[in-house]
Amino acid sequence: MAFRIEIAYKKEINDPQATGLKHKIKDFLHISLEDLKISQIYTIDAELTEKEVEAIASGPLCDSIIQDYYINPKLPSGFDIYLEVGFLPGVTDNVGKTATEASEILLGRKFKEDEKVYTSRLYCFKGKVSKEEVEKIALELLCNPLIEYYQIYNRESIVKPIIPKVSIKSSITVEKFDIQRFTDEELLKLSKDRLLALNLEELKAIQRFFRNTDFITLRKKFKLDNRITDVEIEAIAQTWSEHCKHKIFNATIDYYDSNGNKETIKSLFKTYIKASTEKIKEMRGDDFLVSVFVDNAGVISFDERYNLVFKVETHNSPSALDPYGGALTGIVGVNRDVLGTGMGAKLIFNTDVFCFADPFYKDKLPPRILHPRRIYDGVITGIEHGGNKSGIPTINGSIVFDNRFLGKPLVYCGTGGIMPKKIKDKPSHLKSINNGDLIVMCGGRIGKDGIHGATFSSEELHEGSPATAVQIGDPITQKKMADFLYVARDKGLYNAITDNGAGGLSSSVGEMSQMSGGCEIELDKAPLKYHGLNPWEILISESQERMTLAVSPKKINRLLRLAKKYDVEATVIGRFTNSGYFHCLYEGKTVALLPLEFLHNGLPEMKLIARYSNPYEPIPVILKTDKKLGTILKDLLSSLNICSKESVVRKYDHEVQGMSVIKPFMGIFNDGPSDAAVIKPLPNSKKGVVISHGICPKFSDYDTYHMTALALDEAIRNAVAVGGNIDKMACLDNFCWCDPIKSDKNPDGEFKLAQLVRANKALYDYTVAYGVPCISGKDSMKNDYIMGDIKISIPPTLLFSVISVIDDVTKTQTLDIKFKKDQNIVAQDIIYVVGRTKDEMAGSELFRLLNIKGGKIPEVDAQKNKNIYRRIYYLMQSKIITACHDISDGGLAVALAEMCFSGNCGCILDLNFLRYSGPNDPLIKLFSESAGRLIFTASPRYDAILEKIFYGLPFSMVGRVTDSNRFVIKHKTKVLIDEDLSELKECWQKTLRDL
Amino acid sequence: MAKCLVLSGFGINCEFESKNALLLAGAKSVDIVHISALIDGDKSLKDYKLVVFPGGFLDGDDLGSAKVQVNRFKYKKIKNGKRRLMDELLDFVAHDNLAIGICNGFQFMTKAGILPIPDFNQRATLTFNDSGKFEDRWVYLRVNTKSPCIFTRGLKGIYLPVRHGEGKFFCSKTVLEQIISENLHVLQYATSDFNITEKYPENPNGSQMSIAGICDRSGRLFGLMPHPEAFIYPANHPRWTREIIKEPDGLKIFKNAINYLR
Repeated sequence: MAFRIEIAYKKEINDPQATGLKHKIKDFLHISLEDLKISQIYTIDAELTEKEVEAIASGPLCDSIIQDYYINPKLPSGFDIYLEVGFLPGVTDNVGKTATEASEILLGRKFKEDEKVYTSRLYCFKGKVSKEEVEKIALELLCNPLIEYYQIYNRESIVKPIIPKVSIKSSITVEKFDIQRFTDEELLKLSKDRLLALNLEELKAIQRFFRNTDFITLRKKFKLDNRITDVEIEAIAQTWSEHCKHKIFNATIDYYDSNGNKETIKSLFKTYIKASTEKIKEMRGDDFLVSVFVDNAGVISFDERYNLVFKVETHNSPSALDPYGGALTGIVGVNRDVLGTGMGAKLIFNTDVFCFADPFYKDKLPPRILHPRRIYDGVITGIEHGGNKSGIPTINGSIVFDNRFLGKPLVYCGTGGIMPKKIKDKPSHLKSINNGDLIVMCGGRIGKDGIHGATFSSEELHEGSPATAVQIGDPITQKKMADFLYVARDKGLYNAITDNGAGGLSSSVGEMSQMSGGCEIELDKAPLKYHGLNPWEILISESQERMTLAVSPKKINRLLRLAKKYDVEATVIGRFTNSGYFHCLYEGKTVALLPLEFLHNGLPEMKLIARYSNPYEPIPVILKTDKKLGTILKDLLSSLNICSKESVVRKYDHEVQGMSVIKPFMGIFNDGPSDAAVIKPLPNSKKGVVISHGICPKFSDYDTYHMTALALDEAIRNAVAVGGNIDKMACLDNFCWCDPIKSDKNPDGEFKLAQLVRANKALYDYTVAYGVPCISGKDSMKNDYIMGDIKISIPPTLLFSVISVIDDVTKTQTLDIKFKKDQNIVAQDIIYVVGRTKDEMAGSELFRLLNIKGGKIPEVDAQKNKNIYRRIYYLMQSKIITACHDISDGGLAVALAEMCFSGNCGCILDLNFLRYSGPNDPLIKLFSESAGRLIFTASPRYDAILEKIFYGLPFSMVGRVTDSNRFVIKHKTKVLIDEDLSELKECWQKTLRDL
Repeated sequence: MAKCLVLSGFGINCEFESKNALLLAGAKSVDIVHISALIDGDKSLKDYKLVVFPGGFLDGDDLGSAKVQVNRFKYKKIKNGKRRLMDELLDFVAHDNLAIGICNGFQFMTKAGILPIPDFNQRATLTFNDSGKFEDRWVYLRVNTKSPCIFTRGLKGIYLPVRHGEGKFFCSKTVLEQIISENLHVLQYATSDFNITEKYPENPNGSQMSIAGICDRSGRLFGLMPHPEAFIYPANHPRWTREIIKEPDGLKIFKNAINYLR
C-alpha cells in the first residue's frame, strides 16, 4: 500500500524558494504567474498502519510551526495547473532515503527489502498558463528528463501515488562472446554496442589473448571456455579506458615541429611530467616530496608530524548532461581520492574551477545542450551541496567564460587532506596487502547508476551518450563513511584503502590486487540498491560513496562492528590472493578469469602523430579606440572574466573546520578578491597552507607552450601574492583538451596533439625552472561535442593548482590598500610595481573587449620571476608589504582598481615611472597582461631598502595611496583616468550579482 | 574540573573546532562523542556539565534542518532499554548544566523544544533564508545585555560568521512576545555600529525581530545561528590584515561558559 503525503507551507508563511522560482520563470521564460506554491511530496511505499503514517507525516516530515501535512490529499485548491517532478527509477533520491531512515527510527523497525519512501515536488501555478508553457517550465528549468519524470495535472485531475520503483524483469545472465572467431567488423560492433570505447588494435589484442591455448586450458578448470564473458570484456574496457590508463599521455608520438623536424616522444607523461618532478626532487635533495604519481593523489611534507595530500579531478562529461549531479559527484568523488590516498587523509579543503559559456547566452542552442545559465546554476549548487554538507570548506576557485565551453563545460574539483606521517608506526603514505586479506566494500550500495562512466568520458558527447552515466551524489552517506574511516585508520583496522570511482570495483579491486598478486571477488555478495543487476554491472557500476578496503581476517569483526556504530554499510565481497588472476565469481561460478598481467599491461601502446603545422607568429596590430580610458576600465571590470564572483563564493562554506586565514573575499568591506587562500590546519601551530591556481585557455589560440608557462606563472604568482613560499611549493596539472587523435570527424587531430606536446614541453621547462614540481594530475582528452554537422571543441585548457607550505600564517597579506588615519599624505603607503610591462597584448581582456585579434602573447621569464617571488616572500616575512596583488586579466589598471576599492581608498599613479618596454601607448601600459608582475604597497620609510632588495630587477615606485575616493592615473602631468572608486566597484560587482 | 561533551556524527561537522574552542577557553576535558555512543550507552550525558550541539548538516538536512536528529532523540532508546535519548537530555538540562547549540545545533535545540523553553514542545523554528540561498558571511550581533544568557555575559556587540541556508527565526506572536518580555532574545543582527537592523545582508536571513540567538529562562541553554567556534584566533577575522584584533569574539563566548563551570 502506498501513501502520498503532501507537506505545504502554511498560507501566511512566505516560501523564498517559490518566490525565487516565480522570478526565474519570468526572467528566463517570460511567463508571468499570479501565484506559485511548491509542496514537497513523500510517497511511502510500505505496509504501515494509518496511525503510523500519521506519526511519520506529522513528526520528521513536517515542521508544524510553518508547515501543514496532508495524507493522500487532492490537489491543492485555488490553482489552475500543476506540475509534479520526481526522480526516475533507480536515480539517487537522497531525501527519500533520509525519510526512509527517519521512518525506521520512528517505527523502531526496518522497512522490508523493497519498501521505500520516494520524493517528488508539486508545483502549483495560478494564472493564465497553458499546458505547453508548463511543459516549457518543466523542461527548461525544473526537470532533467535524463534523471527525472514530470507530470502535469489540471484542476480536475485525480492524483495517485507515483512509485518509481526499479523493476527489472530479465533474469541474471552472463553473456559470452566467441571473440577468437570475430571479424574486425564484429569486434568493432561489439565495442560500439556495449559502449566499450575500445579501438580495433585493442580489440585484436584481446582476441589474440583468447587464442592462447594455455590460457584456455586453465579457463576450462574454472568451467569457462575460449569465449570471453561480458564480465571480462567490460573489466578490460574499464581498465583500458582513456580515463583510467591515459593512453594518449602514454602513447609514442612522432612529433613534427614547424620546420618538419621529427622527434619521437615515448610517453608525454614520463618524458615531461614525471621527468620534471624527478629532476626537481633531485635538485631539492630533501624530503618535501613524499609520494608523487603513485597513488590517488600527491603527498608532500607539512611539518615533522604531518603530510599534506592534494588532488584535482575533472567531471566535465557528467556535468554537461546533468550539471547538478555531475558537479556534486565530481566534488565528492575527488574527496574519495584523497580519502583513499596512502592510508587515508582527513579532508581539509575543496577547490573548484569552472569553464562555462556566457550565462547570458542568447543564440539558439544546438541539440542536447543545456543553456549555459542552467549549467552555471546546476554546477554551483552541486559544488555547494557537495562541499557544505561534507563539512569541507571550499576555499579557492574561479570561473573562466568562453563560448567554446558550450558543448562541454569544464568542472575542475579539487581536495586537500592532511594525515599524520606515521600511523601505528608505519609511514602513512604506503600501503600493502597480504595474500588472504579480505576485500571489504563500504559506504553506498550498487545500482545501475554510473555504468560506463569511465568509457563514456573517454568519448566526445554524442547522440548515444548514456543516461546511466549520470548520477547524483549522496554527501551524507559519504560523510558518515569518512567519519568511520578516520577512526578505523587510527585503530589500524585495514591494510589498504582506495576509492571506487571510474570503473567501480573493477578498477579499485583490480588496482589493489596488484599489491597481493591477485583477487577473488564474489560479485553476488555486494549489496545492491535493487535486484536484477547482472554480474558485469555489479563489477563496473560507478555508484557513488564507496571505498574498498583490504582487511586482515583477524581484524574483520572489529572493523564491521565499528562500521555498524557509524551507520556505515561494510561488506566482505571476496579476498585478495597471490594467484596472479583477477578472478570473479557469481553464486560460486567463475564469471571472469583474467591474468592481472594482461589486464594491467596487455594494452597495446598507442602510436600517434603530431604536427605543429601553423605555428603562431605575432601579428602587428593597430591599436585604436574612441573609448575613454576610464570607460574601458569600467567595461573591463564588468566583463565576465574579471567581474566579482562573490554571489557564487558566498554560497560555499569557506570557513567550516575553523582554519580560515585568508578567505576568498577580504578587505574593508569583506568584498575584495583574494589571490589565494591560506588556512591553518593544526590547532596548536602557526604553520599554514597556501592554495592558488592559474588557468588561461585564451592564450591557447596562439601557442599552448606559452599558455602553459603563463598558467603556471599565474598559479605561482597568486600564491606568492598572499605570502606563499616558492621554495616550498608543489603543483597539480589538469589537462582538458579537445580530441587530439586524427580521424574523419576530427581532421585537425594532429595539430591538437602538437599543441599538447608543446604544452608538455613548457610544463617541463617551467616547472624545472621554477623548481615547483607536479605531484599529481589528470587529463580529460575528449572535450568535444559532435551532433550531426555541429562540432564544438573547447580551447586547449590547462589548470595548474598550487599548494605551498608556510611557517607562520600571520605573515601573509591581502590585496586591499590600507589608509593610515591621522597621517598626512607623505606618510601614506607607496605603490610599487615589480616585473616589466611589455607590449604583449594578444589574448588580453582588452583585445577581447575591442575585438582585436593579433599582437604578441606574453612570455614568461622564469628565472627573473623566481628572483622576484623570493624577494616578495622575504618582504612578507619581514611584514613590510601592506597590500599585494598579482597583475593578470585586465592588466595593471584592473589590478590596482581592485586593490583600491577593496580598501576603499584612492591612489595617484604616474605611468611615466612604470618599468616598461614598448610603444608609448597608455592602452598597452594599462591593460597589457605581461607575466611575472605584482603590485604592492609599503610605507615610505622602507623605500631605500626596497630599492636595494630589488636592485637589478624591474622594480619601481609608481604612485601613492590617497585619502580620496578617486582612482587617478596620470602620465606625467596628463590625467588619463580619474574615476570614482564606488563607481568602479559597482561596475565590477553588478554583472553576476543577481545570478 | 567539569567535563565537556561535543556531539558528533550523522552529518555534524564542526566538532573539531568546537572542541578546540573549548580547550582554548580553558576547558580541561573535552570529549567528542558520536551519537551512536550515546545510543549504545558507551557514553552518557550524565557524566558531563556542558554539551555542545555543533554545526553541520545533520542527515543532510534532507527533511528540513536537524529534523531527523530530533526524531532520533525522540525515538531512539538507550541500550535498547526504556529510556529515550530525549529523556537523558531532559535530565541534563534540568540540572545546573550548560548547553549550546550552534547553527545546525541551534536548529536542533529549537525543533526539539529545548529552546526557548526546555519542555520538548516545539515553539519556534528556523527556516529558509529570505534570500533563498545558503550564505557564508560575517555579521554584527547586538547582545541583549538584559538577557539571562550565561554565554554572553559582559558582551555588548560581537562579530561572527553565519553559514547557513535555514537561519530565519520564526515563531507565533505569542511566543515572540514571551521571548521579548523575558529577554530570551540574546543576539540580534545589527549594523556595524551595533544597531539592530532588518535589512539584508546585515540581517542575512530575514529573522523575526532580527533574532540570531535565544536562550532559556535560566540562561544555561543557548542557541545561535552564527559560529563562535569559527572566530577563536585573531586571524580568523576577515579584516585581520588591516585591523588590530584583540580577543576573538567567539572565544569570549566559550570562556564565559568555562568560567561559569569553574
